[in-house]
Amino acid sequence: MKSPVTVALVGNPNAGSTSLFNALTGAQSAVANYQRVTTSLNVREITHGGVPLRIVDVPGIFSTSSQSPEEKVGCDYIHGEEPDIIVNVLDAGHLDRSLFLTTQLIETGLPRITVLNMMDEVRRAGIRIDTALLASALGSPVVETCALKKEGIDALLDAVAAMASTTPAAAPLRLHYDSHLEAAIERVQQHLSKLHPQELSPVRSRWLAIKMLEGDDEVLRHESNHVELVEEIKGEQSALAHEHDEDTASLLASARFAFSNGLLREVRQQESDPTAGFKLTRILDDFFLNRTLGLPLLLGILWVMFEATFSLGAIPTDWIKAGVQLATDLVDKTLPEGMFHDLVVNGVMAGVGGTIVFLPNIVILFFFMAILSGTGYLARASFLMDRVMHHFGLHGTTLIPMVAGFGCNVPAVMATRVITNKRARLIAMLIAPFMNCSARLPVFILFAGAFFADMAGTVVFAMYMLSLVAAMVSAVLLNRIIPGSGGDAFVMELPPYRLPTLHSVLHHMWDSAQGFVAKVTGVILVGSIVIWFLQEFPRDITYSQDFETVIAEQTALPDSPEKETALKTLKSAQAQEKLEKSYLGRSAIAVTPLFQPLGFSWRDSAAIMTGFVAKEVVVATYAVIYAQEKGSDQLTETLRGAMPPATAIAFMIFTLLYAPCLSTIAIIGKEAQSWRWAGFSVAYSLTFAWLLALAASRIGGTFL
Amino acid sequence: MAQQMNSDTLTLADLRPEQQGEIVKIETEDGVFKRRMQSLGVVAGTPVTLDRSAPLGDPRIYSLMGYSLGLRNAEAQQIRIRVK
Repeated sequence: MKSPVTVALVGNPNAGSTSLFNALTGAQSAVANYQRVTTSLNVREITHGGVPLRIVDVPGIFSTSSQSPEEKVGCDYIHGEEPDIIVNVLDAGHLDRSLFLTTQLIETGLPRITVLNMMDEVRRAGIRIDTALLASALGSPVVETCALKKEGIDALLDAVAAMASTTPAAAPLRLHYDSHLEAAIERVQQHLSKLHPQELSPVRSRWLAIKMLEGDDEVLRHESNHVELVEEIKGEQSALAHEHDEDTASLLASARFAFSNGLLREVRQQESDPTAGFKLTRILDDFFLNRTLGLPLLLGILWVMFEATFSLGAIPTDWIKAGVQLATDLVDKTLPEGMFHDLVVNGVMAGVGGTIVFLPNIVILFFFMAILSGTGYLARASFLMDRVMHHFGLHGTTLIPMVAGFGCNVPAVMATRVITNKRARLIAMLIAPFMNCSARLPVFILFAGAFFADMAGTVVFAMYMLSLVAAMVSAVLLNRIIPGSGGDAFVMELPPYRLPTLHSVLHHMWDSAQGFVAKVTGVILVGSIVIWFLQEFPRDITYSQDFETVIAEQTALPDSPEKETALKTLKSAQAQEKLEKSYLGRSAIAVTPLFQPLGFSWRDSAAIMTGFVAKEVVVATYAVIYAQEKGSDQLTETLRGAMPPATAIAFMIFTLLYAPCLSTIAIIGKEAQSWRWAGFSVAYSLTFAWLLALAASRIGGTFL
Repeated sequence: MAQQMNSDTLTLADLRPEQQGEIVKIETEDGVFKRRMQSLGVVAGTPVTLDRSAPLGDPRIYSLMGYSLGLRNAEAQQIRIRVK
C-alpha cells in the first residue's frame, strides 16, 4: 500500500469514532454523549510498528446513501476519497441498527476492520458476541474496544498495521439479494462496464449499480450524461416496484437488515435479562422525561448550574482577587511615578486583573456543560423542548447548538450544521449569537454581584433564560422575514445515559481555562493598553477652569477637613474632565445620545463600543476607566455608585443581546456564505438589544 | 375493535404504550426522509413499541432494534404499522 496508509474511522453518529480517534492518535477532539458532535473531518498522522498511518475521523453516518446534508461530509468522503482501510466503528450495544452501514461498506470492496466499541456496556448487559464467527461472516478482522477507557487500542493498531502490509483479497465478501434484484444489478453492471470499459473493477461496478438502483442522487448525477443508463435504471426500478409492491430502496434496505438480523442470531447470545444493561437509563428517564416533572426539572437543573457558577466561583475568585491586589500593590510601589507606571497599574493590571478573576466561574460553567453533554441529558433536553421550540418555528435539535452557545457562539454557529433544512439552519445561525456565551458571564457576575448581591445567582440564571426567550422571539420574527418555508423532521436517537470519564470532564474544564487565559493575555491585554492610551491622550487639554492654580491655592491654605474635601472634589473633577476630553471620552460622548434613552453614561457607551471586539473587554474597560479616574481598584463598589439598579439591568440586557463579537460575525459570514447575513445579524441584534434595554429601564425605573 | 377495522390506516402515531407494533411501510414522497428512516431500521417487519411521550404528547420515543428513536407525530404518521 502507499505511504502513509489512509485509515478512515467510519461509524454511526455517537458510536464513539471520535473517542477512538483520540485514543489512537492522542488528539483531544471534543466528544459528548449525543449525535453529531463531530461535523468535519479530523486528520492526524501516526506511526505504528513502523507503518506510517494517516487516521481520518469521518463524521458519523447511518448510511452511505441518505443524502441528508448532515451526513454529506461523511458520504462524500467515502465516495470520493477511497481510503486504503476502513475501520468500521460499531456501537456494540446497538448492533441491530449499526450493521446496516456495515453492509454498505462491504459493498465498497475496500479493506475493512470491524471494531466493536463500548464492549464494556455489552458485557455488563450480559451479552456475549462470538467475534470469530462475526469476523468470518463479515470478511474482516474484528477488534473489541472500549475507546473511552483506551482498551483494545493496541490490538486495533496491530490489526491496521497487519492489513496495511498485506495485499487485499481478490474476491471480497458479497451480499446476496433475491433473484430479481440480482438480475437487475447484473444488467445495470453490464451497461456500466460498456460505458466505462476497463475502468471499473467488478466490485466497483456492482457497487455503483446498487447505489444507482437505490436512488443515490450523487452517483446518478455523476452519470447523468448517459441518458440511456438513467432510463434503464428507471425501468428496472419500476419493474421491481411492480413485482414486489415496494420501491427498490426499501427492497435493498430490507435485504440488508435481513442479512444483519440473521447474522446476529448466529453470533450474539443473551445470557441474562436483555433489559438489564440499560435498566438504569429507563429508571432515570422515568424521572427526567416524566411528563409533569420533565420540564420543571430541566429548568431546575439549569438554575442550579448558574447558581453554582456564581456562588461556588466566588470562593476561588476571592483568592485570585487577593493575588491580583498583591501584585498591583507591588508594581505600584516598585515602578517610579510616571506614564509607564500609570500604564501598567491602571491599564494592564486593572484590565487584565479585573478580567482574570472570572476564571473560576468560567471553569465551573464548563464543568456543568461537560456533565450535561457527556451524560446524554442534553439529548433529552432537546426532546423535552422540541414541542415548545417547534411552536416558535425552531427545531428540538436546535437546542444543542443553542446550549453549546452558552460556552461560545462560534462553535454554536458551526453546530447548526446538524440542521438539515437550509432556511431553518440560517435562522438557527442568526439566533445563536443571542445565546449567553461565557464571554458575557464576567459582565453579569460583576453587575449582579454589585447591584443584586442577595440573589446574584438567580439574576445570572434570569439572564440566561432571557437569552433563550430572545432567541425564540427572534425565531418567530425571522420566520416571517426570511422567505420560504419548511423545517426539519425531528429524528433523534436517545443515547443511554453514560458516566462521562473524569478525563474528558477535566479536559473540558482545562480547555476552557486555557482559552480564557489566552483571551485575557491576548485580546484583553492589548485592549486594556489601547483603552488606557485612548483615555490618557491627548494630553494638551484645555480645561474649563485652571485646575492647577485652584488646587495650588487650596493646598496653600491651612489644614482643615474642609480643605481635604475641597481638594478631593477638585481632583476628581479634573480627572473626570480629563477623561471626558480624551479620545475615548470624546468618541463615547459622540455616541452617547443614542444610549441616553437607556440611561447610559458615556462610560457605559465606551464599554459597549470596546465590547464589539470581544465581550470580556467590557469589564476591562470599566476597570481601566475607574482605576484611572477614581484611583479605585474596587470595581464592584465603584460600579454600585455609578448607576441606579434599573440602568444596571438595562445595561446587562443590552450587553446580553447587542451585536455578536468579531469572531462570531466572521463565522456567520463564512457559514451562511453571505456577508449580508452577517451584517443583518449585527443590525438586527443592535435594534433588538436597544428596544429591550429601553423597556427594561422604563419598567425597572418604576419598580426599583 | 376500532383498530382492527382501520388496520389499513394504522400508523406509528397510533401506537399505544402497551401495544406491540410491526413496521409495514413508510408512506412518503420524501426520498431523503425515507432513506433516513430505513437506515435507522424502520423497514418492513421490524418490531416497535412506544416508550414514552414528551410533556405535550409530541414528540415521542419509540423502541426498536434495541435503541430509542425520537420522532414527531407528524413523521410517525407517515409510517404504517400493524399491531400484534
